[in-house]
Amino acid sequence: MKGELKELKLTVNGKPYEFKVKPQTLLVDLLRQELKLTGTKIGCLDSACGACTVHIDGKAVRSCSVLAMQANGRKVTTIEGVADGDKLHPIQEAMVEHGAIECGFCTPGMVMSSKALLDENPNPTREEIREAIQGNLCADEGYVKYIEAVEIAAEKMRGGQ
Amino acid sequence: MGETFGDYAVLGKKMPRVDARLKVTGQAKYAADYDLPHMLWGQIKRSPYPHARILNIDTSKAEKLPGVKAVTTGKDFNGFKWGWSGPTRDEEPFATTKVRYQYEGVAAVAAIDQDIADEACDLIEVDYEPLPGVFDPFEAMKEGAPLVHEDRPENICVEYHWDFGDVDKAFAESHLVREDTFQTPRMAKGYIEPPAVVAYWADDSHVVFQGAKGSPYFPYRILAKCFNLPLSNIRVIQPFIGSDFGGTKNDMVHCDFAAPMLAKKTGRPVKLVYTQFDELTTCLRRHPMWVTVKTGVTKEGILTATSLKVIADGGAYTRMSPLTMFLVGTCMTLPYKLPNFKYDAYNYFTNNPSSAAMRGHGLYHSRFAADVQLEMIAEELGLDPVEIRLKNSIENPKPGEVYETVNEVHVASCGMQECIEKVAEAVNWKKVKGHKKVEGEKAYGMGFAAATYNSGTKLSAHNACAAIVRICEDGSVNYLTGASDVGQGSDTVTCAIAAEVLGIGLDDIDLKRVDTAFTPVDPGSYGSRVTVLAGQAARNAALDAKRQLLEVAAKQFEVKPEDVEIKNKQVFVKSNPEKNMPWWKLVRIACYDTPGKVIIGRGYSTQGISMYGLADFSKGVGDIGTNYSFTAQANEVEVDVETGVVRCTDNSVIAHDCGFPLNPQAVETQCQGGAYHQGIAAALYEEFKMDKGQTLNPNFIDYKRPRANEAPMSKVIHVLTNDPYGPYGAKEASEGSTCSAPPAIINAIHNATGIWIKDLPAQPEKLFWALKEKREKDKGKK
Repeated sequence: MKGELKELKLTVNGKPYEFKVKPQTLLVDLLRQELKLTGTKIGCLDSACGACTVHIDGKAVRSCSVLAMQANGRKVTTIEGVADGDKLHPIQEAMVEHGAIECGFCTPGMVMSSKALLDENPNPTREEIREAIQGNLCADEGYVKYIEAVEIAAEKMRGGQ
Repeated sequence: MGETFGDYAVLGKKMPRVDARLKVTGQAKYAADYDLPHMLWGQIKRSPYPHARILNIDTSKAEKLPGVKAVTTGKDFNGFKWGWSGPTRDEEPFATTKVRYQYEGVAAVAAIDQDIADEACDLIEVDYEPLPGVFDPFEAMKEGAPLVHEDRPENICVEYHWDFGDVDKAFAESHLVREDTFQTPRMAKGYIEPPAVVAYWADDSHVVFQGAKGSPYFPYRILAKCFNLPLSNIRVIQPFIGSDFGGTKNDMVHCDFAAPMLAKKTGRPVKLVYTQFDELTTCLRRHPMWVTVKTGVTKEGILTATSLKVIADGGAYTRMSPLTMFLVGTCMTLPYKLPNFKYDAYNYFTNNPSSAAMRGHGLYHSRFAADVQLEMIAEELGLDPVEIRLKNSIENPKPGEVYETVNEVHVASCGMQECIEKVAEAVNWKKVKGHKKVEGEKAYGMGFAAATYNSGTKLSAHNACAAIVRICEDGSVNYLTGASDVGQGSDTVTCAIAAEVLGIGLDDIDLKRVDTAFTPVDPGSYGSRVTVLAGQAARNAALDAKRQLLEVAAKQFEVKPEDVEIKNKQVFVKSNPEKNMPWWKLVRIACYDTPGKVIIGRGYSTQGISMYGLADFSKGVGDIGTNYSFTAQANEVEVDVETGVVRCTDNSVIAHDCGFPLNPQAVETQCQGGAYHQGIAAALYEEFKMDKGQTLNPNFIDYKRPRANEAPMSKVIHVLTNDPYGPYGAKEASEGSTCSAPPAIINAIHNATGIWIKDLPAQPEKLFWALKEKREKDKGKK
């Protein structure tokens, strides 16, 4: 499979980039190998675990199941683009403070799925939070504190912080 | 939530984990996140057959492919075999004469990119002579069955026979004797991060290995033997670990041998990253077991004797099966008093991927069987499930006293009764018991269970954890540990112990993860041993550093060292707190006052060395734990009686006796996670489907995992017993609830439907047919 290289222009975490990529290149491989944005993890390559979740134009997608070329002309946000400099996003802050994080491998994906939810729905029910992160597999902490942390963050964000 | 325990400055309080910020911002680097200059990519060539003789391996075509830099086969390892202990070294880095499970590695390639490495593997030609195989223990035990290992007759991997008291006499005198067989499923470890490694040679006698290993001193020891190098030349650097749960990330998988060998051949760094398919088809699994338990009780429901017979599928290689089978048996005498106990264990080799430790290791199988059976006994005798557990439970020994089981297990603290009482109270058991609720097609039921787990696990040979506390001249501190945080939170808790001892803040301590070139040797992260043993090491190392600093302070204050204390980063004379100085100043004086001191505190754990003698696997006596945790759990389930789908409701409570919760938040997530991901997963969701050695569902779509939408919002109640053998009274947290969750769920399903599911998991189809059968039977009765 020696496909011709294709031109790709996209914005990642606010910065514009141009690449020449193999057409079969996955978005996750572009992010991790070309841009060294290794906060986006590879768990399953089946869209089943959510560790590779990023945003394309604000929507949460599995970057293992999106071709890099499908992000052409679009805005991609990864976990590295969520905090405002040293200041954590309220979702990140709540996950740290509430003790939601254990091994941390699923954490970037959890943050991205939760953020996509709260960006669209600032006042979700617990069921809506569960649905929003049900595509993100965790293996160690039981989801309880992740769900509660998103509730804490939503409340804080609604409070105008 | 937000509860605090004890009278400490740092411990027993809410403390954000020391690595949480790195993890939540994506800065924490895991093995697959490392790239090195001039790095090559590797791939493993695997056998399509589960059992076959290797006649020839031809790598010539692969070697000629442009971009391929090296190929390795098992022959390069010169007959090296490895295993969990001396007598069990039965596995080669790559199979040379015979493959024993499907996709076992036979060769590996390093190339300039992953695509070429993959293509090169396809070009390796292997001639096999397929052999008939054995795919479960019942096939393996048949007379004349094909042998997985020619030198292991009857395919027996492990066999134990223990006999304590007089089981037959006790049965004869019992009011009721019941025998039931339960089955536990073949399960994945389930961590999301697949194995990955980058390895290189600093020179021709120094290898550097950076891999996803939860117990980095396993590869440290194994690679030294494999490459015939002194331990001093083996450098294992530990990245962040995406969970472990025992087995695969303790010891080796093919990539862990391939990367250093290919790096040696090419003189370049080599990286290998497994896919989840590789992981799910070839890596270590939880043993499936057939557990037959025969139990006698008095009229009042007091246990008189248990006879346990367990048949396990060990898979292709021994790995840690001898320990597994010991654990299955040893804690049958906990958490209930049991005067007579007999155990017959049979673990068979099969042509399936190898089985090994997994969260709740061993005890999960037998405690599930015994606790569900106790519920059956309670029903038969008309006794309350909580009452029967309470009256059989071991009482909390008085301070200074120790409870000894019939198989010489020693318990110095036991919060079992308090856990049971607190859960019963929290779910309002007196009101809910036996009252199943039906709403349309949904039936609701509540199940109760109790469990135990060994913590601070100690095996033969090296057991000690160690730590180094290095005081920097500006007052900041490095904590160098040999222990590994695989997610359980040991980095935070050991730093917190050091901070507590030194009288400084958690923020003042910077932890250095394992780098075997600099950090002290450590057995590994298994058997819930880290907090108990690395915790004691942290305390001892911090005390050593503090002692050195107090000597300096005493000189300054012109008092004796024992008259000085450090709290909140203030150093003061106990009898006259007016005489004081800030922490940073004391450190500066110590380091700079000519000729200047270098303050390094050292410490290691001693509790792993048994007070009563180490466990004897063949006799079944002795302590595997330094101490033992206790857990009670109640879960409500909703059963859809039309479809058989079972879901946990949020009505779920876990009370856990971890001795003392050093980091209460972490104890809570450990209990919630241990219960859901590896306990309820076994009860309701997860099972590998196999067909003659082939895994039919090697992905997280067909292999169903517990997800957030069905997660019970379990409440965790802390029960404190302050164990004398744990640091600050601590014992394990998490593996206990992995053992209490499956019986709680199965008992709840019974409460809701009247059906006993004895073979896990209670997937919808199984329950659907059981419900149908029951309906027909009930109709027949009318």
